[in-house]
Amino acid sequence: MTAYEPVIGLEVHAELETASKMFCACEVVDSTSARPNTAICPVCLGMPGVLPVVNRQAVEYGLMVGLALHCEIPAFNQFARKSYFYPDLPKGYQISQYEYPLAVNGWLEIDLPDGASRQIRIRRAHLEEDTGKLTHVDGHSLVDLNRAGVPLLEIVSEADIHSAEEAEAYARKLRAILQYLGVNSGDMSKGVLRFEANVSVRPVGSDELRTRTEIKNLNSIRSLARGVAYEIERQTAVWESGGAVQQATMGWDETRQVTVVQRVKESADDYRYFPEPDLPVLEISPEWVETVRAQLPELPDAKRDRYMNALGLTRYDASVLVAERAVAEYFEAALAAGGDPKQLANYITGDVFRQMNLEGREREEIGSLRLTPQALAQLVTLVQQGTINHGIAKRLLETLYAEGGDPAALVEQQGLAQVTDESVLAGAISAVLDENPDEVARYLAGEDKLIKFLMGKVMKALRGKGDAQIVQRLLADQLEARRV
Amino acid sequence: MLTDLTLAEAHARLRAGEITAVELTQAHLDRIAALDPQVCAYLIVTGEQALEAAAQADRRRQQGEDAPLLGIPLAIKDVLVTQGVPTTCGSRILEGFIPPYTGTAVQRLFDAGAIMLGKTNTDEFAMGSSTENSGYCTTHNPWDLDRVPGGSSGGSAAAVAGHMALGALGTDTGGSVRQPAAFCGVSALKPSYGRISRYGLIAFASSLDQIGVFGRSVEDMALLMNVIAGHDPQDSTSIDAPVPDYVAALTGDIRGLRVGVPREYFVEGMQPEVEHAVRAAIEQFTALGAEIQEISLPHTSYGLPVYYLISAAEASSNLARFDGVRYGPRESQGAMWPTYKATRGHGFGAEVKRRIMLGTYALSAGYYDAYYLKAQKVRTLVKQDFDRAFESVDVILSPTTPTTAFRIGEKVDDPLQMYLSDVLTLPASLSGIAGVSVPCGFDADGMPIGLQITGAAFGEPTVLRAAHAYQQATDWHRQSPAL
Ligand SMILES: [Zn+2]
Repeated sequence: MTAYEPVIGLEVHAELETASKMFCACEVVDSTSARPNTAICPVCLGMPGVLPVVNRQAVEYGLMVGLALHCEIPAFNQFARKSYFYPDLPKGYQISQYEYPLAVNGWLEIDLPDGASRQIRIRRAHLEEDTGKLTHVDGHSLVDLNRAGVPLLEIVSEADIHSAEEAEAYARKLRAILQYLGVNSGDMSKGVLRFEANVSVRPVGSDELRTRTEIKNLNSIRSLARGVAYEIERQTAVWESGGAVQQATMGWDETRQVTVVQRVKESADDYRYFPEPDLPVLEISPEWVETVRAQLPELPDAKRDRYMNALGLTRYDASVLVAERAVAEYFEAALAAGGDPKQLANYITGDVFRQMNLEGREREEIGSLRLTPQALAQLVTLVQQGTINHGIAKRLLETLYAEGGDPAALVEQQGLAQVTDESVLAGAISAVLDENPDEVARYLAGEDKLIKFLMGKVMKALRGKGDAQIVQRLLADQLEARRV
Repeated sequence: MLTDLTLAEAHARLRAGEITAVELTQAHLDRIAALDPQVCAYLIVTGEQALEAAAQADRRRQQGEDAPLLGIPLAIKDVLVTQGVPTTCGSRILEGFIPPYTGTAVQRLFDAGAIMLGKTNTDEFAMGSSTENSGYCTTHNPWDLDRVPGGSSGGSAAAVAGHMALGALGTDTGGSVRQPAAFCGVSALKPSYGRISRYGLIAFASSLDQIGVFGRSVEDMALLMNVIAGHDPQDSTSIDAPVPDYVAALTGDIRGLRVGVPREYFVEGMQPEVEHAVRAAIEQFTALGAEIQEISLPHTSYGLPVYYLISAAEASSNLARFDGVRYGPRESQGAMWPTYKATRGHGFGAEVKRRIMLGTYALSAGYYDAYYLKAQKVRTLVKQDFDRAFESVDVILSPTTPTTAFRIGEKVDDPLQMYLSDVLTLPASLSGIAGVSVPCGFDADGMPIGLQITGAAFGEPTVLRAAHAYQQATDWHRQSPAL
């Protein structure tokens, strides 16, 4: 039996969250919640006689992404018209870029679950304008043009991706970069970031390119991973059964978790591209590029390396912290409040994420927790100073997570400070040993593991507040004393 | 009669308080009411608004205000959008369309105190050379009502020729102000590409379209240009360069002006009276002290095919927005595609559809390189002809059109014959340079003949100076039709 290898390329449409639209002064609004047709003007309505004017901020956002993806920025940039008829496309053409895109020949490093990393080449990134949205109601189609003319950056990878996991890693990394740059919220549920996957499979070792399908309707990164995985299996099964994959646009059906044929492509679409005569050539000088480059924020890879080198974090912890801009910001805020980096990393990637998972919250929501980064830093510091022990810290974290508050004050109010007074601890220990003569006898007879049971009893008697190290030492001493 | 004044003369009298804007506007409205039923220069006359604006102009003047065109009644071609006033482009597909905004050039006229009398007829979407392609009516030439006024700005030309406006705006994509000016015996200027904002000009061919002015004298055109020329942030193809004072350029002195006469522009089949009149005009330039030399513009004959490929390609794209979804009549057929087909199929006229098909073909995959791209390359050659010529001459003299105005209906069934009437104006449009047409004689039937004076890009001051000097020495432009 032949083994098959997937060949995957991803096309990403990212809205650029500029103040105004790509070619007019209309505000960019949340098109999922704004009242329809309120952020519109003659230009984005395609009224007769209007002309486009390029939004400089959108060009700069596009340049930022291009530079973050290690692209070359050609000096000669040109807009082109892409023609087709549809009611959500007011002019009957979309102003896009065709022969002369904004950025070309870049790469993106992806982190794989096994800890390895790999470069995926970026073919191009080009600017264009978004379309409006249609809503179908009772046999009618309603047109909302709030989104028409919102700047879009289309980012096209080479077909360098060879598994659903790699596709997911690519999507996560690209989304993180867009978020770090502050050009896109990454909110796929609102459609501001849209992925399309081109998938084909071929026998392992072959370099042929077989018929590919395009998967649309991928509304989350999870859907992307599942859709791609499903399509790989489907195509492999088609070839294995002696059939042939048909070129088509597939849609991901979230409910049934399958891809379904949306449209079979019999011939290539003819968009009749030609240079946009209403806009002069856009020249991007090396100086402009360097100005933009100088303004780039620290990106995930650089931040991860800094966490490893300057803060001594493991590559795993550092990668997890930088994967979401919001998490890195939370971590850095806690760090600024005086927390120990390694301890903070442990708490965030451990207890905090666990609490968030229990609630079903996304990691990017970390900034809105009741548990502030300052409180977390204080908690970590209280542990380090020996004021509270780890067990109390975990309980306190749950309280802070649920209700918020000031850790030091809570320790004070609830008397959670660690008990280190040896006479108090010794008293508690001898009481526990007196109450459990059987276990003491069995321990002394060689059942070592019973020390844990006894330790637990002591800590319980101390309501968790005993200094574990001291308790352990005193407990061992008292047990030895009873050996006689 | 107030309607016999030139724009400059009317302006002087308004300033002197000898006449009021209301009187001047009313005189024009009266003449429109009397004559336009025969001429059909206007698609819509906005009399009430015009009189209101005139009254306001008079009030402003009484309060001591002045403005470059305060109280001057003008005609506006109906491809220029005007807020609150129907704008149709001479097309049924925009019947009843009332724009929500006013274009830059028209707004500048309003800001300078001008008064709009109405919107003038045009070939549908400015595609044509006779106004016979208008979806509403055919404009008649005031010199002979059986003849066409030229096009596509035939309505504006006829309005100015018939003294139904002191001046007018038109648009010129391949000769659409110069050719009708020649046919109607008035003056027109097509400025260089980028000199006047196209914002609010309903696009036919974006890389060629330019707003132009009509007047009964060169001075009148210079007064209009002083108001409308200049950069507009809403048009990225408008040039951000200082605007010269066009009136100040009219020195009357053209001694030493280097004048080129291109041998390719005296084409076979040219009406002999046209050549005769233009040759006489050239002699007049010699008499005024200009230095005449014969020149060659070798790629002239490619102008026509190049123009029809590029303009049709751009038009096919520009006209895609007329789909009945957001404005204009919609012929609902239930489903989307049948509705598109019915709306566009019935809304556009035959010539517009012909050009949309031609342009769609030229841009199609597999044909793009052979047609659109090659046309762009040849366009560069046509432009280089002019670049070379303007190294040794300041202006180029030629006929504006090979013949005088033809009869209504004479060429409607032969698009190629119709296209040939623009053969002498197309090259300047393709090159984005400045050109005027001024009257230079009449043929045996009493139809006007136009002299075309072409200058380099942004050479409007030189072109206008030459044309003005010619008008100082001749009186062809002072002749009026006996309507
Ligand atoms: Zn807008």
